[in-house]
Amino acid sequence: MTTKVQAAAAAGGKMGNGDAASTSVSPALVLLAGWLVPGTGHLLLGKWVRALLLMVSIMGMFAIGIALAGKVYTPNTGEPLDMLGFAGDLGSGVLYLLARLLGWGQAPVLVAVADYGTKFIVVAGLLNIVAAVDAHSLASGRKQS
Amino acid sequence: MNLSHFSAVLLFSLFTSIVFGITQRTEPKKMVRFAAFCFVLFVAGTVAASWAMWLIKP
Repeated sequence: MTTKVQAAAAAGGKMGNGDAASTSVSPALVLLAGWLVPGTGHLLLGKWVRALLLMVSIMGMFAIGIALAGKVYTPNTGEPLDMLGFAGDLGSGVLYLLARLLGWGQAPVLVAVADYGTKFIVVAGLLNIVAAVDAHSLASGRKQS
Repeated sequence: MNLSHFSAVLLFSLFTSIVFGITQRTEPKKMVRFAAFCFVLFVAGTVAASWAMWLIKP
């Protein structure tokens, strides 16, 4: 059974409107690349303006969060809210690994803007997941353009 | 780095709206319109919530 979305995507591909259908990049690779480095998924699909905007937005948000002395969550603290924060942070891909390697975001949160920084970092990760899934949808033809 | 609360709201709204616009719409014109819509909603919602908190403070 074909859904309306799938049928429209298939029709778009046949007419040459589906950019994803004309590329040979694997959707899984696009998803992985988009997660690891913000915007790379769209870059692989040739959508460099979107890629640049996503990269600047997500990396900018992450950088501001770090600059505001926000907290970078670590796994296995035993606190459910910390685990959710860790899941959000992990969405940033290599940015999260970089932060852990360089020891960013380890100072205790003492002021309101630092708490804002923590939220900036988590939301940057969540937005990166949304962007990576969007790139996957474009690569698989689920989203037309 | 030290940001005022309002500038933090503006930056958060800007970056989030850009990502929402790109990922939730298919045509460039609609992307820009949706991003602008999200930005206004974020900022206006925050200002409204701030006034609501000020009004209900003991």
